Amino acid sequence: MSTTAEPARAVPGTGSAVWLHGVVAAVTATPAGTTGIAGTPVRSVAGAGLVAVVSDVPLAEYGEEALRRNLEDLAWLERAARAHHAVVAALCGAGPVVPARLATVHRDDDRVARVLAERHDELAGTLARLTGREEWGVKGYVVPGATPRTEEPAAGGGAGAAYLRRRKAQLTAREEGQRIAADAAAAVHAALAGYAVTARRHAPQDRRLSGAPTAMVLNGAYLIDRERLDGFAALVRELADRHPEIRLEATGPWPPYSFVAEPSAEPAWA
Amino acid sequence: MGVTSLAPSSADDPLTYRPVALVDLLDRVLATGVVITGDITLAIADVDLVRISLRALIASVGALAPPSEVAPLAPPSEVAP
Repeated sequence: MSTTAEPARAVPGTGSAVWLHGVVAAVTATPAGTTGIAGTPVRSVAGAGLVAVVSDVPLAEYGEEALRRNLEDLAWLERAARAHHAVVAALCGAGPVVPARLATVHRDDDRVARVLAERHDELAGTLARLTGREEWGVKGYVVPGATPRTEEPAAGGGAGAAYLRRRKAQLTAREEGQRIAADAAAAVHAALAGYAVTARRHAPQDRRLSGAPTAMVLNGAYLIDRERLDGFAALVRELADRHPEIRLEATGPWPPYSFVAEPSAEPAWA
Repeated sequence: MGVTSLAPSSADDPLTYRPVALVDLLDRVLATGVVITGDITLAIADVDLVRISLRALIASVGALAPPSEVAPLAPPSEVAP
């Protein structure tokens, strides 16, 4: 519980700071021996009846300027995201957790404790709302073969014109296929959202990042009561059968990353 | 992500267990998570954080793969609720 962070107000880039992993209820024990973001031990900072789970980071690597640079480094970003996630996922095993967004860094424990006091009602309310629930992701991808084929147009006008007609028909078929897939995605999301406590759609992932062979049309997140997980699984399978025009893929369980912000605290674009 | 009670039954099953993909993780740890602005990371604000990181991803991955035929990364305004 003691703070080792040194104030670094005068000399940016030296000293250490405090990386916030997440907030848990005061009764939850911090997992012993868990390693934090920079390989330092995970600590807890108590305040206002809540516990912030943090780890110390060197400002040379996690100060604002350094973070900006490091976040553009894919290897650094992946290591940081996985280390942060490992702590949050470990906390989830013990009880509800409000995960912090990546790169939430404070000067010292006092500043973290002040946040716990200032945001107490919102954080406590979120913890209560998340108790006994977990996040699942369902992604949907276009299935090319499931889209209707356009009839081959009648010949005439030479090879060039025929090529252009074929090309146009292919494009039309692709547009139609994407429309059908988008409709299926909306139907699947509506059904899953109806079962879930809360739901939201993330932006579809770019294929260059996902590595998927076809376009993503659904990137949904669903907050599910643990007691009702079996029904959720059954519903996902049923929807996959009912909508062969998209391929569904579930991920989870996730810490409730997608459901910690109250609507008022949600970024304007979400 | 650990063992799930939603046991997979076949490779085509939507609920087949997969290790956590970086891209799925970044959807969550960058674009979501409680927004507590750290006093050190004050200027790395919401959208900014997503943009700078995803720009790095596109640059890194884009060098290896041909451009996507589909829409580029949807701008934040297109995120449907």
